[in-house]
Amino acid sequence: MADETTPKDQPTPPQPEKPAETPAAKANAAAPTTEAKPAETPAAKADAATPPKPTAPAAAVAKPAAPAKPAGPTPQPWESEMTTTLKRQYGSGIKEASTYVGQKYMVVDPTVVYEILQLLRDDEQFDYLVDCTAVHYPNREQQFDVVWILYSFPRNERIRVKTMIKEGDAVTSATPIWETANWLEREVFDMFGIKFEGHPDLKRILLPDGWKGHPLRKDYGILQQDTEWVKINLGIESGQ
Amino acid sequence: MTDTSKPGFYEDAGATGTFLDANEMVLNMGPQHPSTHGVLRVILKLDGEKVLGTECIIGYLHRGVEKIAENRTYTMFNPYVDRMDYVASVSNGLGYCLAIEKLLNVEAPPRACYIRVILTELNRIASHQLWLGTHALDIGAMTPLFYTFRDREEILKIFEKYCGARLTTHAFRIGGTQYETYEGFEQDVKKFCKFVTPKIGEYEELLTTNRIWLQRTKGVGLISAEDAIAMGVTGPVLRASGVKWDLRKAQPYSLYEKFDFEVPIGINGDTYDRYLVRVAEMRQSLRIVEQAVDSIPEGPIMAKVPKVIKPPVGEVYVSIEAPKGELGYFVVSDGSTQPYRLRVRPPSFVNLQALDKMVRGALVADVVAVIGTLDIVLGEVDR
Repeated sequence: MADETTPKDQPTPPQPEKPAETPAAKANAAAPTTEAKPAETPAAKADAATPPKPTAPAAAVAKPAAPAKPAGPTPQPWESEMTTTLKRQYGSGIKEASTYVGQKYMVVDPTVVYEILQLLRDDEQFDYLVDCTAVHYPNREQQFDVVWILYSFPRNERIRVKTMIKEGDAVTSATPIWETANWLEREVFDMFGIKFEGHPDLKRILLPDGWKGHPLRKDYGILQQDTEWVKINLGIESGQ
Repeated sequence: MTDTSKPGFYEDAGATGTFLDANEMVLNMGPQHPSTHGVLRVILKLDGEKVLGTECIIGYLHRGVEKIAENRTYTMFNPYVDRMDYVASVSNGLGYCLAIEKLLNVEAPPRACYIRVILTELNRIASHQLWLGTHALDIGAMTPLFYTFRDREEILKIFEKYCGARLTTHAFRIGGTQYETYEGFEQDVKKFCKFVTPKIGEYEELLTTNRIWLQRTKGVGLISAEDAIAMGVTGPVLRASGVKWDLRKAQPYSLYEKFDFEVPIGINGDTYDRYLVRVAEMRQSLRIVEQAVDSIPEGPIMAKVPKVIKPPVGEVYVSIEAPKGELGYFVVSDGSTQPYRLRVRPPSFVNLQALDKMVRGALVADVVAVIGTLDIVLGEVDR
């Protein structure tokens, strides 16, 4: 596809939002990108795999879904030297390696996530931990997604590592790998109550130490607060 | 007690540890302190004037922006992002719009991108000017504050004329910009560039070779490139340590690849280098603004975006080079009109974590200099 040479993280070829509406293609007509013609897509779909090009962040992989499907772009398998090595080494520890709108991510088992993060930094040059965060899915058995966003300066490449854990499970802290994980993990603990094993100083960071509850969980209402704490410390009935 | 009347008392006292011993002291600084740039509280462990360790207490300005995002539609949340880094609200808005556009798979038309670049770079200059003025004031130089605020005013006037607001601009919309440029926008911007170029020279005249400034900033708050990377530090702080990395160059967005500009870097990673890097960045931003305003294309300013924004299920991480570093948005969509989860990766929060490393072994007065040089905005640290 023509997009592969451009340095920018190009979006995938336009996709209709809903079949009834004007395809987004028209909006993009003015943009100086070469669009893939719809006729080409079925052929292109067959070799959806990423060419193993670690230096190109924009390896535009996500091919459009079949035209009949109104849903947006779908995750595409991500195959590269790195993922093959990891898969060989960890087998079912790597549950998924995909790209979504050109962004690479892998879902790994919580038991091996620390080793994989260590390996990514030491062997694959992902020297910069951009962010560590979590997402809460209360209806799932494994309620939390913990996400590490990594970037490599030498490779100019960004990936996400994701793992799913149950309520009450702990994740191994990444602070020995990247110092920056310290505050990021404290924030995840503060907001979601996820514990990080081996963290040097795991305590709340944005909310006061005595606060009860973890506000970014889905069962925590937007107006909810720790009324007891507010009464004792602020001397008022409610902060609302 | 040591009997100081006897000759040679200090030798005894040294041996018993009652006199010239290290006297550790804990000092609280903030949250209401003029040089913490907001409500930052730092607990300092001191030996005399030497800093042995620090602990930052943050969260005084926590408003739960990420929780609010989950309870607002994508469009409704747009103005909220301005309130994070309120001295660079345009950058926040750009990052947010780009993230949602990525989810929606639309791209802003070129004219909108150019307007975005002009305003974002003007905002970068304004942010650096505010930083320079307040940072110099912290260190004891009062004059630069008046110079920089006088010139920053001209940028705010352009913002006001463009979108009606000076600080929390809400200048961009998902898919482009809401407003066409006003009559005379180009001339105003060009006039500003002409006006401010010699002014940056004036700031430099006041500080760059100023002996007091040099003594207060050279060798203060050192951080090596390795440490900076390990700490996740980005923006001018990382570049002053010698890492030539700028997202506008590394992974260009909003047509930044079309503009010719340099990425200034420092050598020593001290407070003085960070000052030089930011001043150089102001000049580079002016270069970008001048190029953009000269070649701004005609055309639509909004992409075709549905009235009700309902991105398909998926998650993206999009980041931009904000004046303070990498500002990222990690957005999870469940296919509804509201974000399922919206995480902001704030540069100030991550950079502030490096404070402890940078001030250990320094003097109390250097803590003030280092807080200033990190260029934090507590609205963004606490969100």
